[in-house]
Amino acid sequence: MPNYFPPNANAFAKWSIYGGIVFTILLVTSLLVYARTSNNRVRVPVEQPIAFKHNLHAGQLGLDCRYCHSSVEVSADATVPSTETCMTCHSQIRVGAPALATVQASWDDGTPIVWNRVHDLADFVFFNHSAHISVGIGCSNCHGQIDEMEGIWKNEPLTMGWCLECHRAPERFVRPRSEVFNLAYEPPTDQLELGRELVETYHINTEKLLQCSTCHR
Amino acid sequence: MNEKLSIKEIRERLSDKTGRDYWRSLDELAETEAFRDFMDKEFPRQAAPLEGSWHRRDVLKLLGASLALAGLGACARPVLPHEKIVPYVQAPEEMIPGRPLFFATAALHGGYAEGVLAESHQGRPTKLEGNPDHPASLGATHALTQASVLSLYDPDRSDTVLEGGQVRSWEQLTALVSAAVENLDQGRGLRLLTETVTSPTLARQISDLLARFPEAVWHQYDTSHGDSAVAGARMAFGRDIATSYHFDQADVILSLDADFTYSGPGRLRHAKDFASRRRVRTADDGMNRLYQVETFPTTTGSLADHRIPLTPAGVVALAAAVAQGLGVDAPTAALPAGIDQVWLDALLEDLNAHQGSSLVIAGHEQPAAVHALAHAMNEALGNVGRTVRYHQPVEARPEDHGASLRDLAQAMNDGSVEVLVTIGGNPVFTAPADVAFGAALDSVSLSVHLGHYLDETGTRSSWHAPLVHELEAWSDARSSDGTTTIMQPLIAPLFGGRSAHELLAVLLGDDASGYDIVRSYWRGRVEGDFDDFWRRTVYRGTVAGSEAAGEEPSLQPFAIDIPEETDLQAVFRLDPSIGDGRHANNGWLQELPNPFTKLTWDNVALLSPTTAEQLGVANEDLLTLSAGGRDVEAPVWVQPGQAVGTVVLNLGYGRTHAGRIGSGLGFDAYALRSGGEPWSTAVAAQPARGRFKLADTQTHHALDGTGERRHIVRSGSLVAFQNEPAKPHFAHPVEEHESNLYPDYVYESYAWGKVIDMTVCTGCNACVAACQAENNIPIVGKDQVRIGREMHWIRVDSYYKGDIDNPEFFSMPMACQQCEQAPCEPVCPVGATVHDHEGLNAMVYNRCVGTRYCSNNCPYKVRRFNFLQYAELGTNATELSLANNPDVTVRSRGVMEKCTYCTQRIAQARITSNNEGRTIRDGEVVTACQAACPTDAIVFGDINDPNSVVTQTKTSAINYTVLDELNTVPRTSYLAKVTNPNPRLVAPVEVDS
Repeated sequence: MPNYFPPNANAFAKWSIYGGIVFTILLVTSLLVYARTSNNRVRVPVEQPIAFKHNLHAGQLGLDCRYCHSSVEVSADATVPSTETCMTCHSQIRVGAPALATVQASWDDGTPIVWNRVHDLADFVFFNHSAHISVGIGCSNCHGQIDEMEGIWKNEPLTMGWCLECHRAPERFVRPRSEVFNLAYEPPTDQLELGRELVETYHINTEKLLQCSTCHR
Repeated sequence: MNEKLSIKEIRERLSDKTGRDYWRSLDELAETEAFRDFMDKEFPRQAAPLEGSWHRRDVLKLLGASLALAGLGACARPVLPHEKIVPYVQAPEEMIPGRPLFFATAALHGGYAEGVLAESHQGRPTKLEGNPDHPASLGATHALTQASVLSLYDPDRSDTVLEGGQVRSWEQLTALVSAAVENLDQGRGLRLLTETVTSPTLARQISDLLARFPEAVWHQYDTSHGDSAVAGARMAFGRDIATSYHFDQADVILSLDADFTYSGPGRLRHAKDFASRRRVRTADDGMNRLYQVETFPTTTGSLADHRIPLTPAGVVALAAAVAQGLGVDAPTAALPAGIDQVWLDALLEDLNAHQGSSLVIAGHEQPAAVHALAHAMNEALGNVGRTVRYHQPVEARPEDHGASLRDLAQAMNDGSVEVLVTIGGNPVFTAPADVAFGAALDSVSLSVHLGHYLDETGTRSSWHAPLVHELEAWSDARSSDGTTTIMQPLIAPLFGGRSAHELLAVLLGDDASGYDIVRSYWRGRVEGDFDDFWRRTVYRGTVAGSEAAGEEPSLQPFAIDIPEETDLQAVFRLDPSIGDGRHANNGWLQELPNPFTKLTWDNVALLSPTTAEQLGVANEDLLTLSAGGRDVEAPVWVQPGQAVGTVVLNLGYGRTHAGRIGSGLGFDAYALRSGGEPWSTAVAAQPARGRFKLADTQTHHALDGTGERRHIVRSGSLVAFQNEPAKPHFAHPVEEHESNLYPDYVYESYAWGKVIDMTVCTGCNACVAACQAENNIPIVGKDQVRIGREMHWIRVDSYYKGDIDNPEFFSMPMACQQCEQAPCEPVCPVGATVHDHEGLNAMVYNRCVGTRYCSNNCPYKVRRFNFLQYAELGTNATELSLANNPDVTVRSRGVMEKCTYCTQRIAQARITSNNEGRTIRDGEVVTACQAACPTDAIVFGDINDPNSVVTQTKTSAINYTVLDELNTVPRTSYLAKVTNPNPRLVAPVEVDS
């Protein structure tokens, strides 16, 4: 019986097996990367019904974050402001400006403004703003330089791995409570030293930070 | 349960038993296959789909295909649209997004108010808690109250005004009704039918109506109304007097078939007060003593120190005998079967020794004579003014509702009713069969029904309009002691309903809103600043000083008859879950296992073992019952501890127009009920062909109680405790072992723990319903319950001890025990159930892949698996999902779930206390089950804090953990049940059966 396969076919078979494994790993990895990144929309501006400019309000005008996001210190939610909050200023300033037509319409006929959610965590995650604010995690730690954003986007991936970067080592990120709302805050060169001190002062229970039940209920 | 149980064999086995005192069900005693199946396998039916004609190749093909499809799924992952955020236009004051607000209002049961604090998440009520400042709640809630949130969002609620099935508007209805009423001469022909009215505003509106139309007549009908209590007071005092009972002052209590902690006005207060005298921690603690005679086991009866099952006639005979023994003028009656002279003498001696600190209470369903005798006995014992207080009636017009409805039906049949306005209730379904209300209603030309559902009455009336839920409208109501609550709405009417006040206003020629009506009533009754009064009163949930004024009525002579015993006596009771049928469309209540029978989704003919034996029937056999020329076919359920010669029938089932959940379940026991004998009547029973499958949970999740070292339920008498105060044998029958293979966890901050006091647990299910409401627990339906897939995180296990004709009862609430050495944790392949550093056995839903290893390894059988998509998610969501707690994940199919001590409440307390720079205070975290418990049987807190209540409680000598021989070291411990039997009766009373 003649040989159908020459001797070098053995090597081909062997390498195709190795190649198959490598191909599969690459395929799975790239699919995972694709699946994880395509949905994450990090630094992708989210379109909103009103071209609200954080850079104008929080940056140039220097409004405090809490003027609009009023419940950030006491509640899980930071609060998206009511139309009335907008109108406290805009009933006096830039009245009738075309950019504010939607706000004015909302105020006139009582229909709420429907915003697109930018930071959307999974439904089994229970993030609480107040718990972070009270232990010296600043707005900009997660939200970035909001005061420089013309539109609005998610500055960080908000994946569990990203959360754990800080939950594993909070001393790398905590800042004095007085600096929480300071968007221009720069961590000092001795951040680790300061951080350890603050973790102590603010009674941050580092063990609890890694418990599933802290965020998942 | 396909095998038939032989009562005879069970009796033989029970008499043979050595070393095995406690049992769970007749199935367990009979060791049926079904019971063994549920005992041995965590999921008895899980492998069923794979049995049969599956081939290896098919499985491999499917495996391959699913792998390929999974890959495709990853490629085609759609980019989801953005979720929306919709802020307020004008934010309401005090409202902080993400934090709930609580509003004081009241839940109505039989017209009586029980104060509640309603939890509202951005305008969406999700949970009711008891109002601690309300005298009829004291912080507790009933299971029915917990479930009323679900009824609020029920998509089957009526949402349109209908005339003979045609859609009409409210304005069309009001125009028609106003015109029709104006055309009547002085209102002749106008009839108003309401349920029990305690609302001062509604009472005023009705009296205004009767003043405006002097010929109009007002009727009341509510099946649950205490007709015989009213009649009994008239018998004893010659006028209308209401009674308040103060169990906190009573040392010895005789209950004549009164389930006073579970039903009737004042029940929650009774439960709190009664339990406050049974808090046994050390041998020095005193206890009250309860003598209970009753027809079938009730939650209250399960706590009795002496409980004797008696037929309805037997209860009357005993009441007469005790009354006579106390010097009351009562006829001489032969002692009923089950009671001997020794027992009676001991009871009389005990009562006489506690003059002024004893209490006699007659059951809601007892005839008026027993109520009158109870009044006379309390008088003779000097209890009046101490444990029993009389006051002016709370109801706007106390009357015999049965007679009132009969008069109305008579008038309708005579053709003298032109306009009938029915507000609430469902008399076509709930009227006694011999009243034939439905047929009478057909002869009325204009009948208007204002109801929650388009029910039997709604469809048969010429007009129907939706009625608001209690949480949707302004109103007011009084509680059993007269304290008035101004009820505030939590949400605008979801289905466009109107309140009773608004319909009455239409009859009065007015179109005021409910808010204005209630305010204008109170405005005339307040001195000083009205707005200040209004704000304070609505905030607090009670009107200061509104208790009913006391009375000192004097007894007058009355005569009573003792009814004859019959061969078989039917006893009618409101269903413990769905009441008179009004809650039939509430899935939580349908699936709530009834106390002791543990039946869900159906009603049955309950028989005592002896009666079942005599009739030759067993569980799930059908029985034809006939009385008054009518008959019904009912499935049989054998209930240990029921009186021989009785068949207990729960009302409320057999609905035809209840909604998608409640229609077509069970049989209609009203068919046998006549107006003359509303609660008990002689029946004939004949076994019928065929069987009916019931969904009973008693055999599910049974803890393996065999083996010498297994002592799941522990109980003893107070005397036994006093004899061994340091370590009573009944609480610690075997030596605990200390060896431990694993290193101990170290808890540096909090360590959560719980104690459940079995001495006061009545098995009332309030905890089960509260847990369901708090933790978004879905219902699964009758078929799924039958195969053991009910989802309740906390269940109440019933145990019996002793003779099957008159056993002792034990209720053991069982939820995750939060073991230190949890068997579930090491077997999870994905780390979805992990020990957290406060000692909680956390459940991480998003990690769970559904292997169910944890559940198989749990000796307490407290883990629940979502075999199907039980919870409403995404596209299949209805209004019901608005009842969900936003702080708890809604679980999807394929995920294991269980109790985590309300970890969301712990987390909230932790965040709040951290933000305020302090530690969590003792009592700051209250679990849902603990908050609801009417007897404070559940204690929860930080066991790392030596001064916390829970730590103190755990030091009790009767504290023990279940299955401690497994060395799982549970965080939940139990206090052994302590009873306080009369020393003269310590030798068990022989039951003559």
